[in-house]
Amino acid sequence: MFIFLLTDIFFYFIILTLIVYTAYVLKTPDIRETWAYVFRNKTGILSIVVLSFFVLIALVDSIHIKNKFYDEKTKEYIYNSEIKSLLDIVLMPMHYNSEKSYSAPFSSHLYSKETVKQGSNSEIRVYPDLLYKGNHNKFSDDKAYNISITLIISFIKSFFICFLIYMLIFYRTLFKNYFNFFLSIKKNNTLCFTIFLIVFISISIYDLSLQYYVLGTDKVGVDVLYKSIKSIRTGILIGTLTTIVMLPFAIFLGIFAGYVGGFVDDIIQYIYTTLNSIPSVLLIASAILMLQVYMANNPLDFENIYERADLRLFFLCMILGLTSWTGLCRLLRGESMKLREVDYVQASKTFGLSKLSIIIRHIIPNIMHIVIITVVLDFSALVLAEAVLSYVNIGVDPTTFSWGNMINAARLEMSREPVVWWSLFAAFLFMFILVLFANLFSDVVRDAFDPRANKNYE
Amino acid sequence: MIKYIFKRFLYAIPILIGVNLLTFTLFFVVNSPEDVARLHLGNKRVTQEQIQTWNEERGYNRPLFYNSSESGLKSVQETIFYEKSFKLFIFEFGLSDSGRDIKNDIKQRMWPSLAIALPTLLVGLLINITFALFFVFFRATYIDYIGVIFCVALMSISSLFYIIGGQYLISKLLHLVPISGYAQGYEAIKFLILPVIISVIYGIGSGTRWYRSLFLEEIEKDYVKTARSKGLSEASVLFNHVFKNALIPILTGIVVILPLLFMGSLIVESFFGIPGLGSYTIDAIQSQDFAIVRAMVFLGTLLYIFGLILTDIAYTLVDPRVRLK
Repeated sequence: MFIFLLTDIFFYFIILTLIVYTAYVLKTPDIRETWAYVFRNKTGILSIVVLSFFVLIALVDSIHIKNKFYDEKTKEYIYNSEIKSLLDIVLMPMHYNSEKSYSAPFSSHLYSKETVKQGSNSEIRVYPDLLYKGNHNKFSDDKAYNISITLIISFIKSFFICFLIYMLIFYRTLFKNYFNFFLSIKKNNTLCFTIFLIVFISISIYDLSLQYYVLGTDKVGVDVLYKSIKSIRTGILIGTLTTIVMLPFAIFLGIFAGYVGGFVDDIIQYIYTTLNSIPSVLLIASAILMLQVYMANNPLDFENIYERADLRLFFLCMILGLTSWTGLCRLLRGESMKLREVDYVQASKTFGLSKLSIIIRHIIPNIMHIVIITVVLDFSALVLAEAVLSYVNIGVDPTTFSWGNMINAARLEMSREPVVWWSLFAAFLFMFILVLFANLFSDVVRDAFDPRANKNYE
Repeated sequence: MIKYIFKRFLYAIPILIGVNLLTFTLFFVVNSPEDVARLHLGNKRVTQEQIQTWNEERGYNRPLFYNSSESGLKSVQETIFYEKSFKLFIFEFGLSDSGRDIKNDIKQRMWPSLAIALPTLLVGLLINITFALFFVFFRATYIDYIGVIFCVALMSISSLFYIIGGQYLISKLLHLVPISGYAQGYEAIKFLILPVIISVIYGIGSGTRWYRSLFLEEIEKDYVKTARSKGLSEASVLFNHVFKNALIPILTGIVVILPLLFMGSLIVESFFGIPGLGSYTIDAIQSQDFAIVRAMVFLGTLLYIFGLILTDIAYTLVDPRVRLK
């Protein structure tokens, strides 16, 4: 049975908005040309492919199901209280079994020694073998040899899969003749190379994770790789949901203040200056603290831990949105004030167009570039903010998978002897890749959309 | 000028009132003081009496806005709003939920915060501007290109990694400075040096890129072309013309954050155990001491608005074209 958590629904909504926007872009020649600049740019296409891959993972992780099982006693089908996502099912081999405690990446034993009874009364301190992975080498007993063979096999596999993907992308040329097909692969080498790299990395990691813990295990023996992959959804969700929440406010109030002016303008200006004056961390902290109090006092409102954690994530996005709409609102107000005086707006006013249709026809299309630049710029900042907020205990629920929570736990691991570094490393790696490509993408988007950007030097 | 400044100060009052009302709504209306008390005392098995005494000790047992049991001025004064919110305007922060004098704490703790924030700002400024000028000098070459990519990479790392990594590398592996802690007087330097270095490194990515874009914007202008056609060398154009004019946005950008330096950095201070206002706020958030959080919200807003006014004044001082009305 499918379960729709609150954030799931919003995430589907975001994907739907993206699709609608794409359709709109394809229909409108000038915006299509601007986006074409992003796609032609090497950094642009590279980051688009990487980010889409992350979004795809988040989407697969946002489809939740409840398992049905047959109860012998009551002779009925009942639903398991545990909620799983589609991604959990795909990654079943990673989290189905868990070890006892820490183990290093690719290790075959636990990280700390344990006392094991040997014979009747002698005891020795040894590193206990891992129960499920690390000792069942598929091809050879030599670990390095085994890993390299696995890598080679996944390399060949990814070749075939990539070829299928290329056929899908360039299906038009494929039907004309084969020469053209290979030519178009060569022409789009950045795109094809990025796709190959992503496919190869994901397949090889998946293949390796069937035999080893690629990024080790954490304190309770859960695969760190699994935790990091599950955290992608939280990161993406905070980056996108926050913007979706704040956009209507910012656009509506910004245009309203700028275009209508007068008394309305004063009030809206007052609201955003007031909100903007409070240091954002403190505002977020106050709001989250109050939410915690509310949740602690009304435990009955939340059915299970999943919904509770989900609701907290949703509220975190709402609160982050509340603190971040002011900047965009101010920009939009200024721009609409400028546009109000522009000749073609004045002309449509003389022709008797109503205020609403002027706003829809002339103002909104001409401020969209600011909206897009801000949304893309904010994304990476929000992903980074999540980690900091989780560290202060005002971020996502402690039971939610998130990089912030992983870093938080890693503080203790870094101070123990010997050091457990892989949790921190995993969080670092995933966050760095996501934020880096989001930053690169935002640079290209800004170059394409900002009329003031000096393209000569970039 | 003085008239303008006076007007700006007057304009700050409604904003402060707005902030005050907002925090009041958040902390007292959304959840009643009773809820807060229950959270502090532990949710289960807490009697009504315990809640009553907890609230009484901290003065949360009064009505919100209007006290009908008192008469005259007292009916307004003997309320939570007057005691906990209005008194912030006269800098009466009162006692924290654990019974400490907040005003005293703030007075003591703002200096360690400043001791980290000020060197960080100055050293960071020097390094970022140097890098930015260097990249602008080599603009549209591979040096610039690689430099920008490097900056983006630095920006993409969360501040937490810089701190944890720096502590591990310098304090734990190399044993150069203590991991965390603080001391009075000159002894403090050895505790301050690592947080300052880490904060500076963390700021390099975004700072350099920001100053670089400021310089690039300036370099397009007509007066730069004139300077070049006079036959000045590129270095002289950069330092004498571009740099001087770009100082206006740089300076105003700094002035606005100057007052906020007292507030300190939340994360850095709590990781390094510096007894500043940043770690004070974090501790308050983690122990859910709402009185301190409320005081810090008010103080932060006040300092921010003060920074904005200072910025306006600084504008007129550095740019004679700007006239304040």
